[in-house]
Amino acid sequence: MGRIQLKSVTKSFGDVEVIPPLDLTIEDGEFTVFVGPSGCGKSTLLRLIAGLEDITSGHIEIDGTDATDVPPAKRGLAMVFQSYALYPHMTVRKNIAFPLRMAKLDQAEIDKRVEGAASVLNLTDYLDRRPGQLSGGQRQRVAIGRAIVREPAAFLFDEPLSNLDAALRVGMRLEISELHERLATTMIYVTHDQVEAMTMADKIVVLQAGVIEQVGSPLELYRTPRNLFVAGFIGSPKMNFIEGPEAAKHGAQTIGIRPEHIAVSETEGEWSGVVSVSEHLGSDTFFHVHETGLAETITVRADGEVGFRHGDRIHLTPRQDVIHRFDAKGLRIE
Amino acid sequence: MARTVTTRRKSLNTVLAWAVGLLIFFPILWTILTSFKTEAQAIASPPLFLNFNWTLENYAIVQERSDYMRFLWNSVIIAGGSTILGVIIAVPAAWAMAFVPSKRTKDILLWMLSTKMLPAVGVLYPIYLLFIRLGLLDTRGGLVVVLMLINLPIIVWMLYTYFREIPGEILEAARMDGATLKEEILYVLTPMAIPGIASTVLLNFILAWNEAFWTLNLTAVDAAPLTAFIASYSSPEGLFFAKLSAASTMAIAPILILGWFSQKQLVRGLTFGAVK
Amino acid sequence: MATQHSRSVARLMMAPAVVLLLGWMLVPLTMTLYFSFKKYLPLRGGDLGWVGFDNYVRFVSSSSFWPAVQATLMIVGGVLVITVVLGILLAMLLDQPMWGQGVVRILVIAPFFVMPTVSALVWKNMFMDPVNGLLAHLWRFFGAEPISWLSEASMTSIIMIVSWQWLPFATLILLTAIQSLDSEQLEAAEMDGAPVLKRFYHIVLPHLSRAITIVILIQTIFLLSIFAEIFVTTGGAFGTRTLTYLIFQRVLESQNVGLGSAGGVYAIILANIVAIFLMRIVGKNLDA
Repeated sequence: MGRIQLKSVTKSFGDVEVIPPLDLTIEDGEFTVFVGPSGCGKSTLLRLIAGLEDITSGHIEIDGTDATDVPPAKRGLAMVFQSYALYPHMTVRKNIAFPLRMAKLDQAEIDKRVEGAASVLNLTDYLDRRPGQLSGGQRQRVAIGRAIVREPAAFLFDEPLSNLDAALRVGMRLEISELHERLATTMIYVTHDQVEAMTMADKIVVLQAGVIEQVGSPLELYRTPRNLFVAGFIGSPKMNFIEGPEAAKHGAQTIGIRPEHIAVSETEGEWSGVVSVSEHLGSDTFFHVHETGLAETITVRADGEVGFRHGDRIHLTPRQDVIHRFDAKGLRIE
Repeated sequence: MARTVTTRRKSLNTVLAWAVGLLIFFPILWTILTSFKTEAQAIASPPLFLNFNWTLENYAIVQERSDYMRFLWNSVIIAGGSTILGVIIAVPAAWAMAFVPSKRTKDILLWMLSTKMLPAVGVLYPIYLLFIRLGLLDTRGGLVVVLMLINLPIIVWMLYTYFREIPGEILEAARMDGATLKEEILYVLTPMAIPGIASTVLLNFILAWNEAFWTLNLTAVDAAPLTAFIASYSSPEGLFFAKLSAASTMAIAPILILGWFSQKQLVRGLTFGAVK
Repeated sequence: MATQHSRSVARLMMAPAVVLLLGWMLVPLTMTLYFSFKKYLPLRGGDLGWVGFDNYVRFVSSSSFWPAVQATLMIVGGVLVITVVLGILLAMLLDQPMWGQGVVRILVIAPFFVMPTVSALVWKNMFMDPVNGLLAHLWRFFGAEPISWLSEASMTSIIMIVSWQWLPFATLILLTAIQSLDSEQLEAAEMDGAPVLKRFYHIVLPHLSRAITIVILIQTIFLLSIFAEIFVTTGGAFGTRTLTYLIFQRVLESQNVGLGSAGGVYAIILANIVAIFLMRIVGKNLDA
């Protein structure tokens, strides 16, 4: 079990309030991702849940019991740190066994669980090595192994993939998702990368300056962003925002249209503009189009085969049914 | 990128550096050599360098006459005891400063350093008086405490600089893994900091071993360590060069060897981390 | 960044070290201050009452005060100049590529590990003895009249001995600092056409300035309280009585505790002036 509830939790460092009153419920078994730009308070929030920092006011409940004043060791949570935080002087086996040793389990049980975790994580051949002799991905797996042997109520991940190279990151992303499918344990995952958030989460919590901007499933956030911040943060390439008369036509202060929701044509369309840069990714092509009569440069995502170049004049047509409208405060207009 | 130099340039450097090195080392070398001479050979004119009959008799005489082993034992107890006691007191303090820093940490560290600057002579009489009152004069226990106190700031500082290099996340991981504070320090911090703790112990052992103000002024017979033993050769035995050399060699040999091991850490320890 | 709980634990963990050092500082300091305002002669009547600033005035106006200040300054200044200048040269030499660098380093560092009483005695007898000392042999070899070092050139002798002890310290620290100099900087200067001396003056020396300052400050603190070297060699005679030694004599030899304590207070003030500068530098480094 691992249902975690934050009730009007706040956090201040000295006079600086980094998290204004915040309420959030994470259901048991849910994969929740905290996402936001750096400095948005997502890591602080995770550390508050872990108990590594005191909350300034409010309550944290784990499975219905108040855990606000429970020390980190007693909360039944396991954490995977950004730097992995492996014990460099211990072998992989001892690293994974450490939480069990601290829990005073008997040796046979410890061995059984360590072997089990090692085989799940493909670490069996490395059990007698030190962390210094492992690759980044292997270290990451040891850190996860150390977390799963405890059979915690929930896993906390603090930007666990940020120290890996791009190819490895995709692989580990899959492994963590698979792990979640298999264990069905609550996981809270902090990242600044919206791709990780979209691909892994059951529920995404978008944070900015300590404030929750929106909570929802990846598709909810993609389809109905509650405000300009979420609209711009979720989705890649970024949503086009258009102000002025064009927005007024739709009865909004700002309208947003995702690059993939604009059709490109050589001959006709609602807007006409000149390609300033075209980025060919193979599967897709991104065009940055200006001189459309709009103040903003428009980004368009087209099929990989579409071959316009710098300087070509093209025509764009936004899909009317997926235009997002925002009012003067930046909030979504339904 | 290290520069490649001509063999000629390198040879020249080598000869020059070795010459200077040997010149600086010469007094020690000369003392060691003289300790193996007879008294007559020691004052021979012109001086004998290597062409003499090597003998161990000076060492036997020094031990027999002044009970060298007792002074040596006192030195070991006083230097070792003060160092170990100091480390036991300093490890928790350095842990707190390195991993739970507060606004006052820096001030406390600098204040500790400032106690090290207190000139010993300024507090000589009070300490002397306290030692008489407490019956600590000429006891090893008393010196252990005093030398521990004068070296405690250095021990705290050295440990602090080593601990600071250990990522706090690892200790947090231990906390998340259910380790108590004691287990965190014992099983995670200490093993990781072993090299730093070892060099701290080594350097402070050396400093305590060579400390000569308090050891000379607070001991007479029973607790006198090697510093006092050597000072007793001041006169007239000092005129017996071979015996003086044997006594000196015995006093410095253990520490020279330890010192060579610790030279890498010396800079950090003596400059409080200001030069790395 | 930590919890309230860990902060209170931290305070508890620091307590033993802080309390001990606080006691070590305050108790003797208070006693020294107390005695310094008293006429206190333990062997000649004991506590003879309060005398105000009498001891302070007498200590400064005594005929041995200014010579002691002078001796102190000469030793500290002399040793500093010798160790810093030779230390820079030696550090630059040791930084060059050569064979057996490790061994040379060990040879150079060795004197630092020799206990002060040993180095003082060895120098006094085996090198500076006017009859059998090695230097006397050397002088005679060149046909000169041997010098009786510790009485005729007492100050020079002591500066020599102490410099020999502290040269390794200066060298080691300056060497560490030189090794942290980015060689590309020097190469860039060379490309810009700066000759060797200019490179030393404009790049090496500024890079070393912090290390030099630290060497000077730390050595000053230790040198101000030099004791064993004088105790063993001249016993304060022949103009080598430093402030430290003068206070030692007042307190333990002539048992004039009040007067000695006033001297002690002066010594503490003096050391603190130097210490403040050192702490500034160390403190700045802490923030970095």
